[in-house]
Amino acid sequence: MNIIDQATVAFSSRSANEGFARAAAACFAAQLDPTLDEVADIKTAVSEAVTNAIVHAYPNQLGRITMRLRLLEGNILEVQIKDTGVGIPDVAQARVPLFTTGNEERSGMGFTIMESFMDKLTVRSRVGQGTTVTMRRRIARRAGAAR
Amino acid sequence: MPIHVEQTAGQVSIQLSGEIDHHGARSMMGQLEDAIAARMPTQLTLDLSGVTFMDSSGIAVLLRTLRQMEQLGGTLRVVRIPPQSRRVLDAAGVGRLVTLE
Repeated sequence: MNIIDQATVAFSSRSANEGFARAAAACFAAQLDPTLDEVADIKTAVSEAVTNAIVHAYPNQLGRITMRLRLLEGNILEVQIKDTGVGIPDVAQARVPLFTTGNEERSGMGFTIMESFMDKLTVRSRVGQGTTVTMRRRIARRAGAAR
Repeated sequence: MPIHVEQTAGQVSIQLSGEIDHHGARSMMGQLEDAIAARMPTQLTLDLSGVTFMDSSGIAVLLRTLRQMEQLGGTLRVVRIPPQSRRVLDAAGVGRLVTLE
């Protein structure tokens, strides 16, 4: 699948950067002329993935989170959130609704929201090496839109 | 992220505003907990009309508030829910636990 455009941003695992990541993803996605609902879905999924990295990847220290945004052939937005933190021992268990090892601000619904709001979700993780979450969402072409 | 509280007899209405994400959730939970503990309502209404963004941290805020109200023997309903917040709550099935209007 051809890559038409790409941008990468890196930031530290501070919770204040959750809003930055949402805004950056929304700005990149703007070139696809998404609807307000599509932008809201993308921002929500990005917020979940970035928050997971902030809360779980670096429990006792600050670490680096990288967000790679790609526009793929077929009007598809790909968002990849990568950390080099502690990793997830059991990805299948982590994706079960309501499962969480987080604190009281987490509901255990992060992966469920990502799955609901994006077309495809892939989670790769190795204990001690980090986690990479990749999500894709096809943005509907609107009548009369220039490409 | 301030909350706005109104009280009539045993009924309390609290308006939430701004973005409810992990960054702001702890502060909001604390404010809600203090407001409820100070007024001990029998019915609490959370008005989300001023919420501009919510992720699953908002679910945690609602479920914690629900538990606090249940401990008081009171009820919780959530009203004036913006579309983006509604999609998050629906995806998580929160309507099975909390009255969403």
